[in-house]
Amino acid sequence: MRKKNSPWLNAPYVLWSALFILAPLALVAVFAFTDQAGRFSLASFEYIAQNQQLYLKTFGDSLAYALEATVICLLLAFPLAYFMANARQRTQRLLMMLIMVPMWMNFVICTYSWRSILEDHGILNTALAWLHGLVSKEAFRPPALLDTPGAVVLGMVYNYLPFMILPIYTVMSKLEPSLTEAAQDLGANRWRVLEQVVVPLSIPGVVSGVTMVFVPSVSTFYISQKLGGGSSLIGDLIELQFLGSAYNFSLGAALSLILMAIVLVCMLVMKQFSDGEESAFVV
Amino acid sequence: MKKTAAILFCLCLLAAFAAPAAFAAPQQTINVCNWGEYISSGAEGSLNVVAEFEKRTGIHVNYTNFDTNEGLYSKLASGAADYDVIIPSDYLIQRLIAEDMLETLDFSNIPNYKYITDESKKLYFDPEDAYSVPYTYGYVGLIYNKTMVSPPPESWAALWDPQYAGKLLQFSSPRDAFGTAQYLLGQNINTTSQADWNAAAQKLKEQAPLVQGYVADEIYGIMEGGNAALAPYYNGDYLMMHDNNEDLAFVYPKEGTNYFCDSMCIPKGTRNKQAAEQFINFLLEPDIALANAEYIMYATPHSAVRSNPDYSLRDNEILYPKAETLPKTQIFENLPPKVLTQMNTLWTEILQSRGGGGHWLIWIVLAAAAVAVVVMLVRKLRDNRR
Repeated sequence: MRKKNSPWLNAPYVLWSALFILAPLALVAVFAFTDQAGRFSLASFEYIAQNQQLYLKTFGDSLAYALEATVICLLLAFPLAYFMANARQRTQRLLMMLIMVPMWMNFVICTYSWRSILEDHGILNTALAWLHGLVSKEAFRPPALLDTPGAVVLGMVYNYLPFMILPIYTVMSKLEPSLTEAAQDLGANRWRVLEQVVVPLSIPGVVSGVTMVFVPSVSTFYISQKLGGGSSLIGDLIELQFLGSAYNFSLGAALSLILMAIVLVCMLVMKQFSDGEESAFVV
Repeated sequence: MKKTAAILFCLCLLAAFAAPAAFAAPQQTINVCNWGEYISSGAEGSLNVVAEFEKRTGIHVNYTNFDTNEGLYSKLASGAADYDVIIPSDYLIQRLIAEDMLETLDFSNIPNYKYITDESKKLYFDPEDAYSVPYTYGYVGLIYNKTMVSPPPESWAALWDPQYAGKLLQFSSPRDAFGTAQYLLGQNINTTSQADWNAAAQKLKEQAPLVQGYVADEIYGIMEGGNAALAPYYNGDYLMMHDNNEDLAFVYPKEGTNYFCDSMCIPKGTRNKQAAEQFINFLLEPDIALANAEYIMYATPHSAVRSNPDYSLRDNEILYPKAETLPKTQIFENLPPKVLTQMNTLWTEILQSRGGGGHWLIWIVLAAAAVAVVVMLVRKLRDNRR
């Protein structure tokens, strides 16, 4: 039996979360239900209800972008994590390094750099123009890559992909090799081993990864502004209330509160998938 | 061994943070907040104005940037920052004065105020010249790429020309973007009429499918790299872009445009008003003002610089347009909060009308998730029954 840890070991974290997580959350709630003068008021929610079509579309768009990014991340990350977990130690270390290196750089700079790759006379279109020149004499009309919804999703995938790979990889690399061997001994082919052993056992990692990609994607505003050329996702809208001309922080807080509620519902749905597994959040 | 090294390393880190506080000599400090690239910084052989001030006075300057007037306002209003000198634009100064957030200046500490030209005195946002000292001024116009646009545009209507679809840029700041539609519609840019705002928004919605992007500082890279044909922007920034791409040209559309003035102010709550005034006075020293005017490339209200034959932009007709080439100008005034909130909502509608492309993936994923949840629930129920 393990000795029970002293409850005091919790103290630094409890203090931290009270100060920097709970207090700001409480402030958001307070602002959402008060007006500029600090009186109780539902004006912000009424305003949202009056313009519900606008806000519904904004929330819908944000969820759509975030979902697209999450699905693409999952499709990219799962095979890679599987490959990594089964690779030799040296390859694993090298791949891990390659995943971590972009995270050493500031994400603002990484995102901004995509502009010079995607713009009309950017790196990618220059390369395309060169290829085009090899096969055709017609003038090259560069496709619009930058400032499109695709560029926003790309930015999300680029920035948040490591948060999908790492938890899945962690779970997979801890899988008992004997489980796979047992399945093989019982006559399962590689596909069935994957389907019946590896995938179900790595669900906790997937759930954790999906959460870690989806939640920041749904509320981002920097990526959508820099790569979307002026987009109206919910993050942009919340930012507009605080840093825009109206300086209507009650409305901003109300929107944040609704966004939090939506994210919470999404996570409850996600939890359905991992029910019965040991723990949903591994990393 | 490893543990000792780790502890030593932690101690070093702690020392690094603690040292400056512990050993720094007691020194005066002022916090200055200005637009980005809005002071001669020492780059490319120019004068480093902030370092020069520190050298001459021994006052330490904490120099930071803001990127929108609104962002600066929210920092001041929330009390998140304590600045001693700020350089916001006209309509924000008007608002700050109205909300009693600025100190009145003691002009006996700013003797160099005598250099300010008469035309930049008694401006509408500070009619008594009590709170602010003009730093730069300018106008909005149309920047275009000569290789892509012909004939040269004369009207804001060029921004609605389908010929340039996908090659147009628009301001990302709502107020400036609405302005372009409002000049075209002949509106007052300070209108509080809901119908006017709706009409301008309608106009911008028509434009939205043609717009490549709604931009701020990104415009430098886009225009200099020849990635867009037409964009509305500020005249001083155009000169900077023109230095890097000779194909660019600038025009004041005939319907009229926006005149703006950025002025130096001292916010309430400053702890070192005298040093702040000293800094403002320093920026008005003829040699310093000249270095700034050359570097920032915006029009200066400083009479000694304007008459200095060494000032390379002295006869620049874009910075200092002759009365006959400059159309009617309008100034931004502070609008009531209700109008601003409404404007933001209209702005969001405009951005949404760009059309984001169908999100078919979301429906597939949602359907798959729903099916999976149902299947799992059914399974669980069955298992429980067993």
